[in-house]
Amino acid sequence: MPKRILLFSGASACGKTAVLRWLLPLLSGRTHPCVCKIDCLHSDDAAVYGRLGLPCVTGLSGDICPDHFLVSNLPELFAWADNRQCDTLVIETAGLCHRCSPATQRMIAGCVLDCTASCKTPDKLGPMLTQADFIVLTKIDMVSQAELEIISWNIRRLNPSAVLFRVDGLVGYGVDLLADWLLESEVCRSFEGDTLRHTMPSGICSYCVGETRVGAAFQQGIIGKIDFGEANP
Amino acid sequence: MNDITILSGFGKDGRPEALPSVTMRRGELITIVGHTGSGKSRLIKDVEQLADGDSVSRRRILLNGQSVARAERQAISDRLVAHLGQNMRFVLDTTVEEFLLLHARCRDKQIDPARALGMANDITPEPILLGQNLNLLSGGQSRALMIADIACVCDSPIVLIDEIENAGIDKEKAFRYLQSADKLVLVVTHDPHTALMAGRRIVMSSGAMIAAPRRTAGETRLYEELSRQYRLQRTYQTLLRKGEHLA
Repeated sequence: MPKRILLFSGASACGKTAVLRWLLPLLSGRTHPCVCKIDCLHSDDAAVYGRLGLPCVTGLSGDICPDHFLVSNLPELFAWADNRQCDTLVIETAGLCHRCSPATQRMIAGCVLDCTASCKTPDKLGPMLTQADFIVLTKIDMVSQAELEIISWNIRRLNPSAVLFRVDGLVGYGVDLLADWLLESEVCRSFEGDTLRHTMPSGICSYCVGETRVGAAFQQGIIGKIDFGEANP
Repeated sequence: MNDITILSGFGKDGRPEALPSVTMRRGELITIVGHTGSGKSRLIKDVEQLADGDSVSRRRILLNGQSVARAERQAISDRLVAHLGQNMRFVLDTTVEEFLLLHARCRDKQIDPARALGMANDITPEPILLGQNLNLLSGGQSRALMIADIACVCDSPIVLIDEIENAGIDKEKAFRYLQSADKLVLVVTHDPHTALMAGRRIVMSSGAMIAAPRRTAGETRLYEELSRQYRLQRTYQTLLRKGEHLA
């Protein structure tokens, strides 16, 4: 069983892979990491981690929600990490709807956030941000110091307890502090009986099982409707 | 904070820097010169990040002669250092007034946005309005607002400036706002006039600090001459912008 599971979630193209590319060499000096990349249709990231000489597996979820897919594959991932004699399992998520977060209680859960996305973005990220143990702000070279302070302030408002790291993923600045913090974090003896930090959205409707026709007659299962009471006239 | 010391590291070729260390005090203006790619921006980043042998240059920055504990670096840097980078644009989607108020709130300060705006409008010829969207400001307006923000909201004892000449703002007025008596100001520049404003300058070459000459008496006289030329240039620039003939 790995002693540490490090989860890197975040929106598409926010810089998760860039952060990991700099972070993993620092971790592999002091631990034995392996990497799992979850994506939906296609991912080239395995090649990046492969070049670092680390065991890496890509999980493509296809038609299934990638976060549900990840949680359903955790036992297999533990076994795979074990087989490779790796004590640290690093998971990079697909980064899609942000309604849920596949973080469990005992993982070290991180949220990667792009500075150049508007200062209002953090509010949209839900439990991925509010329940994270650490937050990585990327692309810090692209914004002014004042903007960086405002974004950091906004994030702290939503998650006061998470540790905030500022990283320039192009050159790797800031990653060393993150590596130190991760390596000093408490290790976990067992992930037996671990639970999710937050429930996942229910998604069992006719479209989940391949319905393509649009119309009330074809909607079955759990169906939600927009509340037009609050619409602008 | 009374002074900071840069302990040298290594240049791009991996050799130790020729200049072993530089100590800079509050109230000093120091310029940093050298070719493009010579490591000027890296040097001020090292200062900003209070590097401790862990950046590519492997320099160490001492605060009052002491190194700073890793865990405190971010917080201390936030409090002590204001950095005007090369960014010419804001990405935050909000108004000028809201931006200034938000930033003041982050720093637990009360400010009058109109005062900061007055400063910004003093250093850029294109008037900025409080209700304007940040994203729609021109390069010159953005720079002017960033400078006014550093002067009014940040109030940090160390100010780092990565080039001030671009975007056609009034350099002399900008410096007047940024360089209050007790601040340490470091300025990266390619401009001889700006470089000679400082009593000392650090010369960079292929990633390394190679010398830190003091301004000579001859250079002080030259600086006066360059200041006259700069003002003349500004006068022509204004005429040019108004669509008038220069001669």
